[in-house]
Amino acid sequence: MIEILEQIDENIWRIPVGYKTGMRVPGIVYASEALLIKAQEDKALEQVANVSHLPGIVLASYAMPDIHWGYGFPIGGVAATDYEEGTISPGGVGFDINCGVRLIRTDLLVSDVKSSFEKLMIEIARNVPKGVGSRGKIRLSQREMADLMEEGVTWVIKRGYGWQEDIELAEDGGCLKGADPSKVSNRAFERGRDQVGTLGAGNHFLEVQEVVDIFDEVAANAFGLFKGQLVIMIHSGSRGVGHQICTDYIKVMDRVVNRLGIVLPDRQLGCAPIHSQEGRDYYSAMACAVNYAFTNRQILAHWVRQSFEHVLKKSAESLGMGLVYDVCHNIAKIEEHDVDGRRRKLCVHRKGATRAFGPNNPLVPAPYREIGQPVLIPGDMGSASYVLVGTDKAMKETFGSTCHGAGRVMSRSQAKKKVNAQELRQNLESMGIKVIAGSLGLLSEEAPVAYKDVSQVVEVCHKSGIAKKVAKMRPLGVLKG
Amino acid sequence: MQAFEILEHTADIGIKAYGNTLKEAFENAALGMFSLITNPENIKSRLSKEIFVEAEDRESLLVEWLNEIIYRFEVDYEVYKRFEIIEWDEEYRLRAIVYGEELDLGRHEIKTQIKACSYHMLKIEREDCWYAQVIFDV
Repeated sequence: MIEILEQIDENIWRIPVGYKTGMRVPGIVYASEALLIKAQEDKALEQVANVSHLPGIVLASYAMPDIHWGYGFPIGGVAATDYEEGTISPGGVGFDINCGVRLIRTDLLVSDVKSSFEKLMIEIARNVPKGVGSRGKIRLSQREMADLMEEGVTWVIKRGYGWQEDIELAEDGGCLKGADPSKVSNRAFERGRDQVGTLGAGNHFLEVQEVVDIFDEVAANAFGLFKGQLVIMIHSGSRGVGHQICTDYIKVMDRVVNRLGIVLPDRQLGCAPIHSQEGRDYYSAMACAVNYAFTNRQILAHWVRQSFEHVLKKSAESLGMGLVYDVCHNIAKIEEHDVDGRRRKLCVHRKGATRAFGPNNPLVPAPYREIGQPVLIPGDMGSASYVLVGTDKAMKETFGSTCHGAGRVMSRSQAKKKVNAQELRQNLESMGIKVIAGSLGLLSEEAPVAYKDVSQVVEVCHKSGIAKKVAKMRPLGVLKG
Repeated sequence: MQAFEILEHTADIGIKAYGNTLKEAFENAALGMFSLITNPENIKSRLSKEIFVEAEDRESLLVEWLNEIIYRFEVDYEVYKRFEIIEWDEEYRLRAIVYGEELDLGRHEIKTQIKACSYHMLKIEREDCWYAQVIFDV
């Protein structure tokens, strides 16, 4: 595979249209040579070529530097389709609709909580349900769930789970428009009724982190970040609601593909014209899951604030526990972008990719508008996470998108064989990282060695200009499912 | 013949299940999937539940069958150890009885949370015996 790639810049590679019959546009991969070699070890690059078969795809099928093998789309994939003539694909969003990241700041230095840190982690673990095989703390009626799906974080903030300013500081104000709960199956309602305010398992986590490096003082200042600061990162999604909605609509798309005779190299890429009944229904249902996920992270953040209040005996307001931002990294959105000098309405699929809108974009919250949108990049539990900022270059080259994390390099069963969970926990403790995990097996699966080096991934984004580094954090306390 | 084997995937996980008949391969696929979720040896057979699924082809019948079990597990808080298909229609319908008990986190450790069964690399074929291959999102 690697031989057929054409290098177009230090960190940008092209998969030519001729690579596979049926490709409509080339593949464009952002990666260093080292990351590219890793990406071609599995089927990730093949999947970039597969995505380019989607009817109505515009310019290219893109892959971000954290690209790895997914199902259908590669993880780290970006594909925009024409809004009038293109298609929408549930596989291009994934089962965990609006899986995303939220960052909460504090006015605290790490040294301020040294003596109470252990207590703080235990209190957070007590307060935040992981929800794997157990019920959450909140149980919603059908009516309440439908309202939540339509209104997003506003619905839950009205009920006391957060601050008014949290709304503005989330992508889309914590509510994607166009949600229609009547397009969501009963099964999705059933799966979601007691999972709101639960973390989930897999790669999801809640971390208390320390800001260890600032690369861009101006942006860091605007985002309220400084060196030595204690911050909290939450990585979670739409739980069973999103999983079921994706499951339901992949089935629907499968029929559409057969009816319209669309030829796709992978059944998981099933799609429908955006304006067809099925395409519109999927979008309306997807938006429900997007809003459920925003709300989920909002509730988790609320319980983190409460935990700090309980242990430190101060109000979250006086501790400066404001929201920095909340990003989605599994989503399809209707956006306008310049394509070959023309403004076009597109459906941008980001499957394991983060929106990275540049300065002066009206969709970036007012406090950050001059600087650009904050981009939150979670790393693995042993290394680091990053805050980046969106750029004009990303707007020009990748429909305003960048990477979303480290990206895996090792399968889960391989990691389990290779990593002893007890040893891993001890190693992390000796590095000053406290880990609370629901399952030892999961701890091994999620071991740092199973991931690419997040710093390398971020470096490629920074160097190629599709996001700029602002701050680096290291984990101090990790809560896993 | 082993019942199933685990397939390596960078981010997710899959299984390849075997059977002398396609029906048996389907039963083993369910057992394989549930073995990823929790250890079936720790599950007692205290309740049974009937499951019916239908689809447009046999590949999607496999996906439907496994997704139905994921949904039951998640909504009913039950774990299963035995999967018996009692009606098998070549035109893509099946009726099954699954046996297990209520989930008890004290005895049933959740090893992997399976979000869904995907269509990626979905394959049903016959070599020396039948096999059914699927990738799950975890």
